[in-house]
Amino acid sequence: MEAKSELLVRERALVTPGDVIARGMEYLPGPGTYRENGELKSKVLGLVRLKERLVTVVSLSGVYVPKPGDGIIGKISDMSATFWIVDLNSPYDALLNISEAVPEFVEHGTDISIYYDIGDVIYVKVLSVSRTKNVSLTMNDYRAKKLLGGRLLTVTATKVPRVIGREGSMIELIKKYTGCLITVGQNGVIWVKGPNEGLAARTVHLIEREAHIEGLTERVTEFLENETKGNLPNMPPAQESGEERESD
Amino acid sequence: MKENFMHKLIESGKRLDGRAFDQYRPVKIETGIVTSAEGSARVKLGNSLVVAGVKLDVKTPYPDTPNQGNLMVDGEFIPFASPEFEPGPPSEEAVELSRVVDRAVRESHCIDLEKLCITPSELVWAVNIDIHVLDHDGNLIDAACLAAVAALLTARFPKFDKEKKAVVRDQKPASGERLPVVDRPVEVTIWKLAGKLLIDPEMEEQESAEARVTMATKEDGRLCAMQKGGKGFFTSNELLQAADLAVEKGNELRSMLPAL
Amino acid sequence: MGGSKVGAPEHLIIKGKRLDGRAPGDFRPITTDVGVLGHAKGSAVFRFGNTWAMAGVMGPHEMHPKGLQDPANATLRTRYFMAPFSTWERSRPGMSRRSTEISKVIKEAMQQVLFLEEYPKTAIDLYMEILQADASTRIAAINAASMAMADAGIPMRDLISAVSVGRADGVLILDVAGLEDNFGDVDMAVATVADKDQFVLLQVDGIITRKEFETLLGMARKGIAEVYRKQKEALIRRYPGATMEAVQ
Repeated sequence: MEAKSELLVRERALVTPGDVIARGMEYLPGPGTYRENGELKSKVLGLVRLKERLVTVVSLSGVYVPKPGDGIIGKISDMSATFWIVDLNSPYDALLNISEAVPEFVEHGTDISIYYDIGDVIYVKVLSVSRTKNVSLTMNDYRAKKLLGGRLLTVTATKVPRVIGREGSMIELIKKYTGCLITVGQNGVIWVKGPNEGLAARTVHLIEREAHIEGLTERVTEFLENETKGNLPNMPPAQESGEERESD
Repeated sequence: MKENFMHKLIESGKRLDGRAFDQYRPVKIETGIVTSAEGSARVKLGNSLVVAGVKLDVKTPYPDTPNQGNLMVDGEFIPFASPEFEPGPPSEEAVELSRVVDRAVRESHCIDLEKLCITPSELVWAVNIDIHVLDHDGNLIDAACLAAVAALLTARFPKFDKEKKAVVRDQKPASGERLPVVDRPVEVTIWKLAGKLLIDPEMEEQESAEARVTMATKEDGRLCAMQKGGKGFFTSNELLQAADLAVEKGNELRSMLPAL
Repeated sequence: MGGSKVGAPEHLIIKGKRLDGRAPGDFRPITTDVGVLGHAKGSAVFRFGNTWAMAGVMGPHEMHPKGLQDPANATLRTRYFMAPFSTWERSRPGMSRRSTEISKVIKEAMQQVLFLEEYPKTAIDLYMEILQADASTRIAAINAASMAMADAGIPMRDLISAVSVGRADGVLILDVAGLEDNFGDVDMAVATVADKDQFVLLQVDGIITRKEFETLLGMARKGIAEVYRKQKEALIRRYPGATMEAVQ
C-alpha cells in the first residue's frame, strides 16, 4: 500500500540534519537532502527550497565544491611550465592549462608568468570536475578575464544567489549606492572596485549574516540609504554582467 | 570486490572457513614461557598470536587508593604482525586494546588489590601487564584478554627485600607466592557483518565488519565491562543478544584458562 | 565494592535523592550554544551542570600528506582534549591514552552519520576541548561535536546524541556527575543516531546484570530524546529570524 505523498515543511523553513521534509515518492531529493525509508530528509542546517517536486535544502554554511560551468573568481597560487594552479577558496585546487588560457601558440620554454603570475586574480570558468575532484578551468568564456585592483570579499558559496538577487537586482542595488564594479563568483568570492569599496564590503557582509531572514532586499535598501544619506555616487562604467540569472 | 563477496557469504549463513557464527577458532594457551617475567602467557587464536608479560615492582600507591596496589595495562602492535602496523608510539587501536583489557581486569576485581599493599600510603606492589600482538589474523582483543589473565593467574611474586624496600633482581625466575587473583574475567567481542552477529572473525571477515562490541564477564557470568568500536551501530536487541553470547562463549573460553 | 577510595562519601543516594538534590532520572541543567567561535567553520558548546565541552570543526580542507588522502572520502580526524585546569587537580597537558581512546570512539560514532563521500581527498578536523570536567565529559564532547558539524555545513544523516547512565548505591541513575563517577558502581556512556535505536557509542565500566543492562539502555534512550531535542533547538537558535512553521 503506497503512502500518500505529503510535504511537511514550508518553503524557506529552517531545517536541521535529519528533519523530515516530505513523505512519499512524489517528491524528489535535490541537493542537501537524502531519502530514507520513503522519507525525504535534510542533510544540513539550511533553508528549504521547493521547485515543483524537487526539494532542496540550501546550507547556511559550508565550503565550495566546484561544478562544471561555474564562473568563479580564483587566485593563481602556483605554476609549472604548462599550467597554473588556482586557489578557488575551496578544499580543491584547480588546474588552468595554457591551452585553455592563451589563444595564441606558446613557445616551449616560455615563462608563462608573462600571461598570469602568482597572485593574479582571475574570473574563470570551471571546465570539468573528475569523480576524484580533479578540477580543470578555462578562460575560454566571454566573462573570463584578469581582475585588476579592487578588493576581494568572501561569502559562504551557498549564499551567492542572495548576493546576486532576482535577475541581478541585489547586485544592481549595491552598484547603485556604492558606484563599484562588482563581479560575483559561484565559489563565494566577490570582487569589488570603485569609490566605496568599504560600503560594498559591509553590504555583502550584511547579506551573508541575514541571508536566512525574509525581506532582505528591503533591509539592504534601507541600510544603503542610511549609509549614503541620499548621496549616490556616479554609476560605474557598464560591466559585462557575468553573473548567472538566479532567482531571489 | 572483497566486501561484496564477504557480505553475500555471510548473508547466506556461511563463513569463509565453514565455522558457525558463534564458534571460536582453535585456542591454545601456554603460560610461563618468559622466565624473565614474573608471569607470562602465549595465546594462539586461529592464526592470531599474542604474548602477555606481567612484571611486578614496588611503588608508592596512588593518592586516592593508599591501601591498594597499582595496576597498569599496556599494549603494543608489533610491526611484523601486520602490514598495517607501523613502528612508533602505540596507535589508537593499540591504546584502545590495552584500555579494553584493562577494563576487564579492573572492573572484574580479579586481582585483590588490597592484598598488594605492603605498607599503607607508603609502599605497594605495582602490577604491569604488557600485551604484545605478534601476529594479526583478527579478533585481537579476545586473545589479548586471555593472555593477560592467563599470565596473571600463573604469575608469582619476586623476592622482596624488606629492609631495602626493593625487589631483588637476581636473574632467577620468580618463585614466590602466586598473585592474589580471585576471578577470571574473559572478553568476548561480538562483530556485526552484513547485519548479522558473529564472533571471532579472521582478518578478512574483520575488514568487512561494520561494528564490534566487546563484553567482559566474570567467573560468575556477570557482565562487568563493555566497549563498542567500529563505525556502524547496534540496536538494543542486538546488544542484548550480544550480552547473552558474551556470557555463553565467555564460559567456554574461561574453561581453557588455568584454574584459580 | 573493590576496595574503598579516599574521600568516598558514606552515601550517594539519600532518601531517594542524589547528592546534588536530583532525582535518579534527572539531568543536571543543560546549556547549549552554536556558532561560538570565529575561525572554526562550525562550533558549539554543550554543558551538563559543571561539565563544559566546546567543539570546533575545521574544514573540509586539503589533506596533507597527500599520500594519506582517501580518494573516495573525506578523512575525519578527531581530538578530544582535556584542559589541565578542567579538573580540581591539575592534569598533565597533552594527549593521554584515555583521551586517545575517547577521540577514537567519538570519531567512530560520527563516521556513522557523516556523508564523507561528498568531500573526497579532504580532511575534516573535529576538535573537542573540555574546559571544565565534572564527569560525563565524553558525552558533553560528542553532543557539542554533533552540533558543531551541523554548524559547519558538513552533510549528515542526523545528529549524534549522548547521555551517561549508571548505578550508585544500587540505584540506576541518569547523567552521572563527579562523585557518582568516582564512587559509584557502574558508569555507562551511550550515544545513538538522533533518538533512534541505533547505538554508535557504548562504554560500560562496572558489574551489571542483564536486566540492569536492558533497563539502562532504555533509560539512556529516554534521556537521549531530550538531549536531541535540545541540540536541534540550539541549531535553530543559531539563525534567529528564520521561519520554521510547518505546512498545515
